[in-house]
Amino acid sequence: MSACTRDEWMTVAAARLLQNRDVCFVGIGLPSAACNLARLTHAPEIVLIYESGTIGTRPDVMPLSIGDGELAQTAACVVPLPEIFSYYLQAGRVDVGFLGAAQIDRHGNLNSTVIGPYESPSTRLPGAGGAPEIAQHAHQVFVMLRATRRSFVEQLDFCSSAGYLDGHGARARSGATGGGPRAVITDFGMLAPHPQSEELQLVALFDGVTAEEARNAIGWPLQVADRVDSIAPPTAHELDTLRALHARTREAHARPVHLPL
Amino acid sequence: MSAAILPLREAIDRFVNDGASVALEGFTHLIPFAAGHEIIRQRKRDLHLIRMTPDLIYDQMIGMGCARALTFSWGGNPGVGSLHRLRDAVENSWPHRLELNEHSHAGMAAAFCAGAARLPFGMLKGYLGTDLPAHNPNIRRVACPFTGEMLAAVPAINPDVTILHAQRADRAGNVAIDGILGAAREAALAARTLIVTVEEIVDALPPAMNGIVLPHWVVRAVAHCPGGAYPSYAQGHYARDNAFYRKWDTIARDRAGFLAWMNQHVLDTPDHGAFLASLQKDAA
Repeated sequence: MSACTRDEWMTVAAARLLQNRDVCFVGIGLPSAACNLARLTHAPEIVLIYESGTIGTRPDVMPLSIGDGELAQTAACVVPLPEIFSYYLQAGRVDVGFLGAAQIDRHGNLNSTVIGPYESPSTRLPGAGGAPEIAQHAHQVFVMLRATRRSFVEQLDFCSSAGYLDGHGARARSGATGGGPRAVITDFGMLAPHPQSEELQLVALFDGVTAEEARNAIGWPLQVADRVDSIAPPTAHELDTLRALHARTREAHARPVHLPL
Repeated sequence: MSAAILPLREAIDRFVNDGASVALEGFTHLIPFAAGHEIIRQRKRDLHLIRMTPDLIYDQMIGMGCARALTFSWGGNPGVGSLHRLRDAVENSWPHRLELNEHSHAGMAAAFCAGAARLPFGMLKGYLGTDLPAHNPNIRRVACPFTGEMLAAVPAINPDVTILHAQRADRAGNVAIDGILGAAREAALAARTLIVTVEEIVDALPPAMNGIVLPHWVVRAVAHCPGGAYPSYAQGHYARDNAFYRKWDTIARDRAGFLAWMNQHVLDTPDHGAFLASLQKDAA
């Protein structure tokens, strides 16, 4: 195995969580890379859905936006966006939702809306998009987020999508149908909810990373599970596949577009 | 009432009034940039802009002072980062204050569906556990009259004007769309007035039994506008200019650079063809 970046390791770790029969609601960025890596390695039959309405898409290069033409051209079908959210997501037909965010708290609640007060934010972020209902309905949610004390915080500035709310069964009592954030994949390893408290705890570390490094990157006192697994580095095949995907993507996005004159 | 085939300038002049609620829809694909630019050229003011993803076109319209309010569900530059003009309006009230009416995608889709069906509100299983309802009085909860289940409710969206871009229309004003639709059909049917810009006007639409056809009597005006979605795209005609979306991050980052670009390429060009030609000249 050649040396890999933490982003690559994170992407590979997330891809390994996906199974061949999963129906997966994909976001742009790291989640899109992880889902397509899974499709190109161990999960060739995975069904990828992007919120633009493309179902079963098999892009050769990763989209820059959630609605690039590549997604439509390689999709099994393209449906109107309201159908994706009502007939598929809300109807319980999505196994895995992949989310990112600017902030996450210890119960896996996410903020992608504002830093500072909503009415006068210091930073206005893009907002929730599809996340609130993905978080509510997907059978399980995987979160991908690089760890810093500014992103893994004691208190969210705004709750854009619900994880386990205050924990201890609060999510189930709220009536949410989906299972909530089952894994948070970050750049030192993975967190998962404690079975009772539903507080995120350290469950896996990249090979060679210490629990100390993990604790230092998290803005609340991080609990460590009884058993902490080790996440093996990317195999040569995983890394080659991911790097080739990124290379194709860079080349495609740099290609000049002829102005439609 | 049949659709009129009009020049874009006349369609915007006649149907987009100051103070109107206006939805330029199209999810990443088929974003009606030409129409947005014409609204900027005609210096329309106090618009209530409605779009799930404001994208670069609303960044431009907000920065140029066209908007009083924004109804939206995700306001970023997809895959790139912030919409700097939207941020400047929200964070610093530049060029003036912008009222936000913020939803999730699912909530906005439900509101467009209700609007298209002329129902008073849309409902969904949504927004659970989030802070959005606390900041948007247009997100409420209703009980199902049959089971008592609590659902989220959002008022129908019925824009005064919806503007779409599509691949083609026939001479009667029937409109056909291929590819990613977003909530374009719902936004179109929810509108009081629907304007569509198209890549081409043809004698007869190609047969497409499940293609999206907006029939002529729901369309008020069709404007022939080749390249009208650029830098967004029209499937089958031209690709999304992802490099331009990246470049916009630099152009829009500061006010002076933004205004200079808008002056040169939009205000100082008479129409979309001249806008595209000015970009080509830059690239040469």
